[in-house]
Amino acid sequence: MPMLQVNNIRKAFDGLQVLRGVDLSVEKGDVIAILGPSGSGKTTLLRCINFLETADSGELIFDGEHFQLGHVPHRTIARLRKKTAFVFQNYNLFLNKTALQNVTEGLIIARRMPRDKAMDIGRRALEKVGLADRCDHYPSQLSGGQQQRVAIARALATEPEIIFFDEPTSALDPELIGEVLSVMRQLAEEGMTMLVVTHEMGFARNVSSKVMLMEDGVVVESGPSREFFSNPKEERTRAFLRSIMGEPDLQAGRCP
Amino acid sequence: MSERLLGILIDSFGKILLPGLTMTIPLTVISFSIGMVIAVACALAQFAKIRILTPIIRFYIWVIRGTPLLVQLFIIFYGLPNVGIVLDAFPSAVIVFSLSTGAYCAETMRAALESVPRGQMEAGYCVGMSYLQIMRRIVLPQAFRTAFPPLSNSLISLVKDTSLAANITVVEMFMATQRIVARTYEALALYMEVALIYLLFSTVLEQLQRYGERKLNTYGGLK
Repeated sequence: MPMLQVNNIRKAFDGLQVLRGVDLSVEKGDVIAILGPSGSGKTTLLRCINFLETADSGELIFDGEHFQLGHVPHRTIARLRKKTAFVFQNYNLFLNKTALQNVTEGLIIARRMPRDKAMDIGRRALEKVGLADRCDHYPSQLSGGQQQRVAIARALATEPEIIFFDEPTSALDPELIGEVLSVMRQLAEEGMTMLVVTHEMGFARNVSSKVMLMEDGVVVESGPSREFFSNPKEERTRAFLRSIMGEPDLQAGRCP
Repeated sequence: MSERLLGILIDSFGKILLPGLTMTIPLTVISFSIGMVIAVACALAQFAKIRILTPIIRFYIWVIRGTPLLVQLFIIFYGLPNVGIVLDAFPSAVIVFSLSTGAYCAETMRAALESVPRGQMEAGYCVGMSYLQIMRRIVLPQAFRTAFPPLSNSLISLVKDTSLAANITVVEMFMATQRIVARTYEALALYMEVALIYLLFSTVLEQLQRYGERKLNTYGGLK
């Protein structure tokens, strides 16, 4: 049984249909890359699943519980969010907190964990993303790549069942993308369930287990990564792959 | 400068400064404190888009900002007795200055709250925090830093505005000065002297503002 499933999710902004009936199914341990041109609705999909946007309709099944999207009470949303984590395109680290405080805030304040224990977990999470020496730095003192790694540590610390990544490398300078992708690759190898909206073809091809291509608010094609890249079924998928991987040296699609 | 004038100035300095310490400063501190409570409450209610409160708050800000302080003081102190509400001069002044500070600072605080990036709130939700937890620990501290310089403005304005309370018989610095002028006829020198004392007060506050800004700036540039 899938751990997370979304059926026929719909969302419109001011009459503009952004999601027109999207289905998605996530098994434990899946790393799913959601691809698509900008405006295809992939970020909105992610945000609706975590209730940052309220979907107009659709069904969410999470850990065997069924929810009608658009009618989920606040209390339930808060409970579900504690089982998930979200990594934003522009990091959204708490600007008035140090790296360590960013990681422990959700533990100490939201989960009422004893301070010492939270600090311990926080330090280990930062160590894991290679920032053990940056505990007391504020976001303004960190590079974009470091900030995003703190954000990943913040996500990890709460031991989520699934982490949502919303274009985690899109705001980064090219030379900083690698450090974030390698942390994500490590998480994938450890079996973390991840749903990743991305433009990184290398990640989609080499790290993710499944790929889903969206366009105009619908799913064009989805399937195992290997098949998706080597043997796309839809003409629109082929066109998308051509447009994005047109240059020969990108064909290999390696992680930078 | 004649010896007589110098004597008057030296003699009056203490007589003006004393009501400054016992009246102008307490009036300012009390009014500003109450005003800030009003301001934060109004700003939070508007930020949270509480439907019933928003029009009431807008009305309050509209009326207070749109009428002169002096007229407000007169209405409360000289006007209200006509409907049987008689207040002493000091509480009247506190009421007027608190309401005034509240209205202006409510707008400052609202702008500061809205300047905190939306993502801060979303990140808070995503790590499992509640609305109140996010406001208290993430949004308000950041908003206060943004609001600090304009709030300092309001505080410095208020120190000087308390001189208006002389018109409703509050014996603060300006009233004390007027009394000495009435006795000595040294208007220019004495009003210059009281102006200088106000300047002194403002200068101290400006230094406090700079110190406060340094304190609040521990986490570096706003992004």
